[in-house]
Amino acid sequence: MARTWDAIVIGGGHNGLVCAAYLAKAGRKVLVLEKRPLVGGAAVSEELHPGFTYSVCSYVVSLLRPWIIRELDLARHGLEILPLDCTFNPFPDGRSLARWGDAARTRREVAQFSARDAEMLPQFGRQMVEISRFVKPIIDAPAADPLSRNPADLFGAAAFGRRFVGLGPDMLARKIKMLTMSAVDFLHEWFECEQLIAPMAGSGIIGTFLGIRSPGTAYVLLHHYMGEIDGHFRSWGLARGGTGAISNAIAGAARAAGAEIRTGAGVAELRMHGGEVQGVVLESGEELHARAVVSALDPHRTFFGLAGRENLPDEFAADLGRYKLRGSSGKVNLALDALPDFVSRPGAGPHLMGDITIAPTIDSVERAYDQAKYGEFSHEPFLNIVIPSLTDPSVAPPGKHVMSCFVQYAPYHLAAGAGTWPLRREEFGDAVVDTIARYAPGIKDLILHRQVLTPWDLEKDFGLTEGNIFHGELSLEQLAFLRPVPGWARYKTPLPRLWMCGSGTHPGGGIMGAPGALAARAMLREGRA
Amino acid sequence: MPVPSPFHARTAELCESHRWKDWSGYHAVCHFGDDHLPEYFAIRQAAGLLDVSPLFKYRVEGPDAAVFLARVMARDVRKLKVGRVAYCTWCDEHGKVLDDGTVARLGERRFRVTAADPSFAWLARHARGFAVEIEDESQAVAALAIQGPTSRAVLRDACDADLAGLRFFGATACRLDGVDVVLTRTGYTGDLGYEVWCARTDALTVWDALIAAGRAHGLRPIGLDALDMARVEAGFVLNGVDYWNAQQCLTEAQKSTPLELGLGWTVQLDREPFLGSAALRRERDLGPRRVLAGLEIDWPALEALYERFDLPPSLPLSAWRSGVPVYAGRRQIGRATSGSWSPTLKRNLALATLDARHAAEGARLDFEVTVEYERHNVPARVVATPFFDPARKRS
Repeated sequence: MARTWDAIVIGGGHNGLVCAAYLAKAGRKVLVLEKRPLVGGAAVSEELHPGFTYSVCSYVVSLLRPWIIRELDLARHGLEILPLDCTFNPFPDGRSLARWGDAARTRREVAQFSARDAEMLPQFGRQMVEISRFVKPIIDAPAADPLSRNPADLFGAAAFGRRFVGLGPDMLARKIKMLTMSAVDFLHEWFECEQLIAPMAGSGIIGTFLGIRSPGTAYVLLHHYMGEIDGHFRSWGLARGGTGAISNAIAGAARAAGAEIRTGAGVAELRMHGGEVQGVVLESGEELHARAVVSALDPHRTFFGLAGRENLPDEFAADLGRYKLRGSSGKVNLALDALPDFVSRPGAGPHLMGDITIAPTIDSVERAYDQAKYGEFSHEPFLNIVIPSLTDPSVAPPGKHVMSCFVQYAPYHLAAGAGTWPLRREEFGDAVVDTIARYAPGIKDLILHRQVLTPWDLEKDFGLTEGNIFHGELSLEQLAFLRPVPGWARYKTPLPRLWMCGSGTHPGGGIMGAPGALAARAMLREGRA
Repeated sequence: MPVPSPFHARTAELCESHRWKDWSGYHAVCHFGDDHLPEYFAIRQAAGLLDVSPLFKYRVEGPDAAVFLARVMARDVRKLKVGRVAYCTWCDEHGKVLDDGTVARLGERRFRVTAADPSFAWLARHARGFAVEIEDESQAVAALAIQGPTSRAVLRDACDADLAGLRFFGATACRLDGVDVVLTRTGYTGDLGYEVWCARTDALTVWDALIAAGRAHGLRPIGLDALDMARVEAGFVLNGVDYWNAQQCLTEAQKSTPLELGLGWTVQLDREPFLGSAALRRERDLGPRRVLAGLEIDWPALEALYERFDLPPSLPLSAWRSGVPVYAGRRQIGRATSGSWSPTLKRNLALATLDARHAAEGARLDFEVTVEYERHNVPARVVATPFFDPARKRS
């Protein structure tokens, strides 16, 4: 008789690992199955050029829940987070804006563009902290579900509603606006200068196939504001050793709690019997038995891929078919011989140690979206760049650097006649480097190695359907009790003994860990696994 | 009024913040940039360069140098080999700590003592009858600490020392940009790190060479605020903060013994008498009345306390040294004398002197927190120090 696991976790990304760690801590026998030769999913560090370690996909961290860091003792398992202190925005006219942790310094910088905005910025910051504090308990608990027939759930939903009303009319209005407005309109309520609005609005489109003027993007902006490091909201950081170090720390915690992790073990399908999930079949043909299976893959891959549409209830399958996983971004990683030199702020100053956003005007970012809408990648994309080697020398040889460029837009579906991604990958990489070169002309001569990831690559290599980095867009109709589909937002699925714990569940994407932890809690509470 | 240190020409140029403090009569940088955090992270991720010239330095030399130091130090310095450094405490005749510092054996008959407080008069007084010469070289010798995981790589590019052979608490002479320096593998950060000792006249040459070599390794100048955070993580006590030099104390209660400071390991009793040995032997048999211990302050409880005031939790951005009461039940059983949020460990830490009966590892105590001008307690747990102890420190 083959061994029966209490739980098998499909996918060794950060959420799968968090889920496994919590289940193992509760004494369950847990097996994590990861298809790639290393754990981490989209949170991986890989040395793709000798001496240069890339945070291949996900590159910054902020949303990782402090209670998960504490409960899993991730610092002991090697997690170190280095805060990014600065946001640097170069502009084509030779000017630039850097926002710092130091309020007075930031005020002086912004005042070059607008004296009014310079004073509004701290007020805006306070408001965002208030909204983030309001949201925090929501992302740290399963979604309250007003659609539920379960009285306990309804009680939770009512408490949630009271919390909303308790905000007071002013904050309530702002909160509702935040959920519905576009990032640009929301920011226009506060600011007048484009040099502030365009780069800030960029946070509203990350991983989302929408423009900065599209309704709903203000929420995505908030999603990027509600992270915290050491109690400070809106702070972003880098993991020492690259993003993969986060996954490795979580894997360390999971192993220490007794979980087993197998890499190079892709799951081909679920083992179903009498409509019930009883284990998995590996690509090697090996069959594994488990009392519960929890998938950290995105909802499409889990249900249409592993379970099979024929095994799903019709309504669920239909809802899931409407779930939007539209890839919108790519990634370019560069190994550099030296630091890039920006025309607008020459030299190797501290402005390079934070994140560098290239979003020159509102129109230019919107135009970048226009191209993508019609199936073409942006020729002058929105870029979010970090140079981790400046704060963490362990990721590059002495004096050399790695540069991580998040690129938007890159539509998964290229227009008919526009070629395919494998054929156009390098052209896309060139567009990114050309865009950077407009601000830092010498960059091309510094590049020792380049990795270009298109949505197609993200799907093929990392299992992200359509290359969507969040396992589904963070748009209002697919959040909270609607994520991934109405009625199935509590990590449970219509298939008995199958659970989900990935970013396609509440509270969504980013290196947060909350879906994994909340799923484990739900499973343990039901006595499953 | 403080005076400039030998590195002042360089540090003043770089100190954009203009934040300085008085360290033993010298101008010392608190932090160079907007705040100390990038400097703290340099210590833990790359390397930091800190001017430690304000330390007091004494050359102790002569046929009796080892015997003399073994007589005044709680540690048996005679056993120290040439090229080795020892962390030491020294006490008055009642076994009460005067200071802590390092003793480096630079030759068979030559030592260098570093101290936080001026100690020349005290050393000289006890040197009577020993064939030993004591020179206060505090002003003549400049010193830099270079601390952090890439510090070794910086030194490899900057000097000719055999770094692979220089073990933890080792000392060696070497050449650095044409200048003679002494390199010790010591520091106050609990990380991989070194200290460079040179003639005052060579100070700027040494600084420039290290900064130049450090460019490829993320080296940055750091100030005392970053150091203070790192030393709390390392669990190191600070004279004048966590304990007081017995000579400066007004009452017996203000004085401490090495055992009380958790520095019993620097006391070697099984040998001929030394300053304070009789009292220290008695204390060894009876056990100390109070103990300096590590505390971890419960984060969820702190968060919940602030939540009651509808506030997000708030912590000082840098290490604190204000003195905070610690309770067991209703009774105050000690005080926390310094502490810091640890950005590396993600823990809220403190060093506290506690009634020995309540200082066992794991003991649950209460730590006073003032929120909106109201005093409250949150739970804290006694934990072992060093809080942070990376393998690279000794590797």
